[in-house]
Amino acid sequence: MNIAQNPNLSIRFFGVGNAGVAMLNVILARELPGATCVAINTDEASLADSNASEKVSLESKLFRGMGTGGDPERGRELAEEQFGQLKSLCEGAQVVFVMAGLGGGVGSGAAPVLARAAKDCGALVIGFVALPFDLEGARRMRQAERAQEALREFSDGVVCWPNQKVFNLIGENSTVAETLRSANIRMADGVCGLWRILARRGLMDVQFPDLCGVLRDAHAEAVFAAAEADGDNRAGVAVEKLLAHPLTDGGEALKEARAVLVGIAAGSQLTMAEVGKVMEAVNSRCGDARVFLGAAEDESLGNRLVVTVVAAGAGELEKVEPEPPAPVRRRVRTSADQPGLLDGEFLEKRSTPRPRSRFVAANPEMSQDEVQQLAERRASGSTRGRKATNKMHQGQLPLEIVSKGRFEKSEPTIRDGQDLDVPTFVRRNMVFN
Amino acid sequence: MFDSSSIIVGLEIGTSKVCAVVGEMSDEGVLNIIGIGQSKSNGVRKSEIVDSPAAEQAVRDAIVQAETMADCEIHSVYLGVSGGHVRGFTNHGVHPVVSADREIMQDDVDDAVKNAKSVNLPAENSILHAIRQHFVVDGQQGVTNPVGMLGARLEVDVHVVHGVTNRVHNAVRAVKGLQLEVESVVFNGLAASLAILTNEQKEMGALVIDLGGGTTNYAVYADGIIKHTGVLAVGGDHVTNDLAFGLKLPLGRAEALKIEHGSALFDETVAGQEITFDRDASGAKRSVCKEHLQRIMAARMEETFQWIAEDIDRAGLLNYLGSGVFLCGGGARIPRIADLATQTFGLPVSLGRTNCISGNKAVLDHPEFATAIGLVRFGSFQQSKPAPRNPITHTVKSTLTNLFRRG
Repeated sequence: MNIAQNPNLSIRFFGVGNAGVAMLNVILARELPGATCVAINTDEASLADSNASEKVSLESKLFRGMGTGGDPERGRELAEEQFGQLKSLCEGAQVVFVMAGLGGGVGSGAAPVLARAAKDCGALVIGFVALPFDLEGARRMRQAERAQEALREFSDGVVCWPNQKVFNLIGENSTVAETLRSANIRMADGVCGLWRILARRGLMDVQFPDLCGVLRDAHAEAVFAAAEADGDNRAGVAVEKLLAHPLTDGGEALKEARAVLVGIAAGSQLTMAEVGKVMEAVNSRCGDARVFLGAAEDESLGNRLVVTVVAAGAGELEKVEPEPPAPVRRRVRTSADQPGLLDGEFLEKRSTPRPRSRFVAANPEMSQDEVQQLAERRASGSTRGRKATNKMHQGQLPLEIVSKGRFEKSEPTIRDGQDLDVPTFVRRNMVFN
Repeated sequence: MFDSSSIIVGLEIGTSKVCAVVGEMSDEGVLNIIGIGQSKSNGVRKSEIVDSPAAEQAVRDAIVQAETMADCEIHSVYLGVSGGHVRGFTNHGVHPVVSADREIMQDDVDDAVKNAKSVNLPAENSILHAIRQHFVVDGQQGVTNPVGMLGARLEVDVHVVHGVTNRVHNAVRAVKGLQLEVESVVFNGLAASLAILTNEQKEMGALVIDLGGGTTNYAVYADGIIKHTGVLAVGGDHVTNDLAFGLKLPLGRAEALKIEHGSALFDETVAGQEITFDRDASGAKRSVCKEHLQRIMAARMEETFQWIAEDIDRAGLLNYLGSGVFLCGGGARIPRIADLATQTFGLPVSLGRTNCISGNKAVLDHPEFATAIGLVRFGSFQQSKPAPRNPITHTVKSTLTNLFRRG
């Protein structure tokens, strides 16, 4: 195993907060060689459960062991207190993955601090953050947005995982535990895929600068997806899974991407045809985006083929806009989608769902069809850019049948392929002047 | 019941009119038409009911009118059916004579007919008529009764008229909804030929074309028996529709112009003539070219005859029509229709006259009533069919049969 490892690269995984530690645990279960994992939390029990090699307890006398109570400010203060320790943990690392669930206290507060510490050490910082479920309320969403912005300030790339997307992957009756596990596994897939691209000695190498190039300035719009398959048509199946992945929105994400990094990894028998198949599917959907290809062999995969895609979206657009677009849309959906869930009394009332600065126009008048279309699009969980929503939707033209006058309702009289209900002079092309 | 058994009613639910004809069988077996009732049809397209309530009302009107005129009560009718789904074809049956002395027995005849009747119909279809043709005994053609003859191989053709069961039952249901019994369903083309043709004409060979409002039915006789039948779901409605379409008129106006100015052949003398009429109540005038009207109509009629000629030619019967073509139905009233038919078939053409039944000639001599009168005639055959060999047993038997049939 160690032979295959890229000796020049040191990667560290940091799980921050409860969600971050849970994600870290999933990754730890995969035993990525050469990766150092650090768990950071206020909750001693959560740290005790984790198998991470390094654990940092943010608890201090400041809050008398009461945790952050969901306040990011407290989380930030606690992390600042330990800034020196965090920095020492980042020392010597080239890539730091910061995994956190935003919206809570530790994740939202400590993750940006950690990113700053890593940045100070000269590492490439990539954030993998989960955004809260819609049903968690607007306040958590706002906290998550703010944390995301802070994180973005100090990291080279932030990849968002809107948890709401998980709803599309699970059945109606899934338990909460299943749902969270599913979200964590998806996140871990992406992280592992990215790690594999970087750490494995590739047949076709992805250079470290390539990844930086893809992620730089792309921030929140970066989307990652990983799919694996085995069997005869593993490349085809993997591509299908990839396109079915909720984050790629059936390939829409690729279409809007500015840069796309594709990592293909398999056991020893990776054929050129398979690489070609995957790249063809990606390229055909990418438009004019820059595409980076990496291919690697990893014996631990056996017969499986893993495709990881990182697509970075329209960076320029994001810079202009002060608000990260994804959460804004999600807020809109929050109010429209699940009023029943949101009106629960244990959730705080959403007083200002939108920033005051923003002018909110009245709802546009829509026909019945349009309303239905919109509802369907929402149900399918499309949170891709506004472009997608604004895209013109060409309705189906109803088949118009020329009326046959009084024989409309009767069975047509067909003889030798001629419809005798049509006037004879028409069929005979008789001309009357 | 015994009184009414001599009353035979034919009911035709046509596309343009519903017609009920009441006939009375005298003790001598002579058929006399005593009543006729008709009403404007509604809810019928191409001879098939598309709107049951409307059609039932029309049937009720016609029946009431016939009852009033005949001064009797109608309990049961012979119902004429037609429609694009009705088809006729001839099936061949063979039976080897197995008895030692090679004498053909009645059982052999029955078996041969049974073989011929066992035809492969689509599951949703059922047989309306199975008409036995002449027998062939060891290649000897034209045998009418082979019982008692010697032979090894008995062949027989059966002409089968069949239709889609459900669509036939639509008409039967409409009639039964009026508390009337349906004695039998009869194909309209067959009924019309029964009313028009004499035995001599049947022997010589004849084609009867019933030009109806929604369908055109035809039947071919040769050597005294029905050789071929067919339906073309094209009729007077199509002519009206063509005119409405071609002259850009409403259907009602097109119908009126068809009746007033229509012709089966384009008449050179009308070239350039205009027909002027009030367009609506406002008094605005509109005119159409009479030449166009006649050309459109002639094209449709010519085509209709051509389809029939082609079908009969395909059956190889065009040369057997010694007594020519007989036209009936409302379409027979179209001026110069006989000329057109003569052109198309190359045969003598005459308008069918129902001259085989006694009754009020003035009433009966309309080609529109041929089908309904034929239905009565069909009924009279049915009722007098079993030749009373043993009068007493037969009477009892038929009474019982009738009882059960009506029950």
